[in-house]
Amino acid sequence: MAEKKEYKVIGTRPIRHDGVDKVTGRAIYGADFQITGLLHGRVLRSPHAHARIVSIDTSRAEAYPGVKGVVTAQDLPAAEDKIADLGEGAVSLKYLCDNILASDKALYKGHAIAAVAATNPHIAEEACELIDVEYEVLPPVLEVRQAMEPDAPILHENLRTSSLGETGDKPSNVASHLQHKKGDIDKGFDEADVIIEREFVTGTVHQGYIEPHNATALYNPDGQLTVWCSTQGAFTVREQLAEILQYPISKIKVVPLEIGGGFGGKINVYIKPVAALLAKKTGKPVKVLMNRADVFEGTGPTPASYITIKMGATNEGKITAAQTSLVFEAGAYPGSPVGAGAMCVFAPYNIENVVIDGYDVVVNKPKTAPYRAPGATNAAFGTETVVDELAEKLNIDPLEIRLMNGAKEGDRRADGPVHPRIGFIETLEAAKEHPHYDSPNGKKYHGRGIASGFWFNIGLESSVTINVNPDGTVNLVEGSTDIGGTRASIAMQAAEVLGIPAESVNPTVVDTNSIGYTAVTGGSRTTYATGYAAYEAAQDVVKQMKERAAKLWDVDEDNIQFTDGEFSSINGKEEQISFRDLSARLGETGGPVIGRATMNPAGAGGAFATHVVDVEVDVETGKVEILRYTATQDAGKAIHPSYVEGQIQGGVVQGIGWALNEEYIYNDEGEMTNASFLDYRMPTCLDLPMIDAVIVEVPNPGHPYGVRGVGEVPIVPPPAAIANAIYDAVGIRMTELPMSPDRLLKAMGKI
Amino acid sequence: MPVVAIPALIRNLTDGEESVTVEGATIREVINNLDNLYPGTKTKLCEDDRIRPGIGVYVNGILTKVGMHEPVEEDTELHFLPAISGGIVGSS
Repeated sequence: MAEKKEYKVIGTRPIRHDGVDKVTGRAIYGADFQITGLLHGRVLRSPHAHARIVSIDTSRAEAYPGVKGVVTAQDLPAAEDKIADLGEGAVSLKYLCDNILASDKALYKGHAIAAVAATNPHIAEEACELIDVEYEVLPPVLEVRQAMEPDAPILHENLRTSSLGETGDKPSNVASHLQHKKGDIDKGFDEADVIIEREFVTGTVHQGYIEPHNATALYNPDGQLTVWCSTQGAFTVREQLAEILQYPISKIKVVPLEIGGGFGGKINVYIKPVAALLAKKTGKPVKVLMNRADVFEGTGPTPASYITIKMGATNEGKITAAQTSLVFEAGAYPGSPVGAGAMCVFAPYNIENVVIDGYDVVVNKPKTAPYRAPGATNAAFGTETVVDELAEKLNIDPLEIRLMNGAKEGDRRADGPVHPRIGFIETLEAAKEHPHYDSPNGKKYHGRGIASGFWFNIGLESSVTINVNPDGTVNLVEGSTDIGGTRASIAMQAAEVLGIPAESVNPTVVDTNSIGYTAVTGGSRTTYATGYAAYEAAQDVVKQMKERAAKLWDVDEDNIQFTDGEFSSINGKEEQISFRDLSARLGETGGPVIGRATMNPAGAGGAFATHVVDVEVDVETGKVEILRYTATQDAGKAIHPSYVEGQIQGGVVQGIGWALNEEYIYNDEGEMTNASFLDYRMPTCLDLPMIDAVIVEVPNPGHPYGVRGVGEVPIVPPPAAIANAIYDAVGIRMTELPMSPDRLLKAMGKI
Repeated sequence: MPVVAIPALIRNLTDGEESVTVEGATIREVINNLDNLYPGTKTKLCEDDRIRPGIGVYVNGILTKVGMHEPVEEDTELHFLPAISGGIVGSS
């Protein structure tokens, strides 16, 4: 069991190792990448949200001067209707391929239809206009309730509802149904004195990473495919390419370049296989870049959803029953995060009687992709609003009702597993003790809201090697792409073991040929799992270095101890040597030392957060101003507190955008009408106060330093916290996201 | 004996039982023995003698990647939940 203790490196705030390259503009991103003979690719996208592709004629484009190649779905290997094995993520290969280049149907506006490689990007773009596509336009279905109607347009004729081994007998847009049950729901509601039942709707929201997707591909004459790209996981790109292209995984090398944000949206591939197809067809390296409209319309946002929540409590505040139906948009192909939403929806509370139903529904929008705690924010918007309403009806402080019902170690979640040591109660107590919670808040149209959130976090595979340099520094080689400062947080864990400064560790993120398998930077896993691998690799270094010291002093290695960066003999010879000095003597004691570790750690531990927000509502315009925001979160152990605070602040800001402004706005034809950052309104620093991030540390027993993942849970509470604050300000319960000025004015009866 | 939490959608096959104790030293043995006790359960959980795509097996609350070969112990608790991988979250 990890315990709180003093560290030399852990918990400090060194400058990030990649900082200089990034602030001086020298870091190489995908758009910067150059290679001799480079061609430029451009993708032709469907103008229709739902259409049968009757024919594609590429002859005029192929004849256009400067064009070197054109590809369509015909250039993809025939996709049998089989399950593609992507490690744990099993998906239909046909769906996977059709999302790269549509074969028979265009299922959303922006769906990739064909692609051109040319000598410059402008020629490629012009040539796309010369591709003649005949469509049979079909009516689109854009919303889950509409998609579930018996007479709704069907996206996939072969899709049947799957329900744990049962398969429906007719075509449906409902890809799957899941259910969790605990206790006796009728008994639970019978025991309740107050029951609240509400419906919630959330909009389609994009991750909004600043750097668009990019890929450069090259086929060598020997068949080796190399792809340079921005990704959250080089190995998952390699796996997806192998499946989509039906190409040997050993012949694919993926080189991750720097990444300008991902938040889950850079796990699935879009243009990487297209770049590879164009490279194969032309025999040249081909670079494909997306623009912002491509990103909005051609990559996966997080799903819109329709949610019902029913909860009951006794007059004393004990929640006795909870029931929900979570209906999530999958986008064009099955696979929304409704499963994760179902795991999280009531996880903060210890409730005896629960029923959770989840539905994964296809609609004519881009196939959804993960976004920071996928599914949990949608779910918490419902739960945390209803908990707030229960507290109000029962005249109980909203923090107190959460403290009364909050989940603790040993409590069983509705989906089955038992919570290990968790820190939910501690986040509530931290919020309660924070000066914000008791500060005055009585002005007209000002309101305060609180909400909590849960994300389960994951482990998965990580590999690290550590090479010892003669000057006592080490080179740390890892496969986790660094999105949020993980070079530093991983290096610091190795440095702590080795008794050297963080600056003496040189972390490098390498390609798929240069390190053992490493899963994506996602699931809040990197500082936890790759950090754990760095810890173990450093332990391996220490073990080998002990052997060298023993050789040096001609003693048994069992008599060598290592403390605070010093090796010493404990058999009375009084020998001592620092890590640095021993590093200089590796040549005479046996040669280089390389520590290695590969991990699949099992104890990620769950993350909880509790947020307090003050708002002011302008009742004339409907604008909501965030006045003050405090976020408490259990980080287990903050390796680099600045980056934990940064993750909390970033998650809160994205949650505020989701709550107040961000959404895909569609017209009746299924065209997104706001596919630019001017019209898709993300918050900027001018919209927000400083977010006060309060780190709570309840060590995770599943990690040697107690680390829990921190990146995702901070996005979970904001929409509900802000909705509760709006209610406190103007007495209106908002149940639809975003709570934009027009919706708020409508709710207040002003328009 | 290991305890199997029965997914809500197949409790009709287990006389409504939420969890049952089943003998077995691996997940495969447990599922086979569960199917002997409650016929039809294996076909709901498995396809071609593998865990169905989209289902994750949790051993004492921890997602296993080993699947049917995973050893289980006397007091192991098994859950069958929607599969999840690094940020890729599938539905059931």
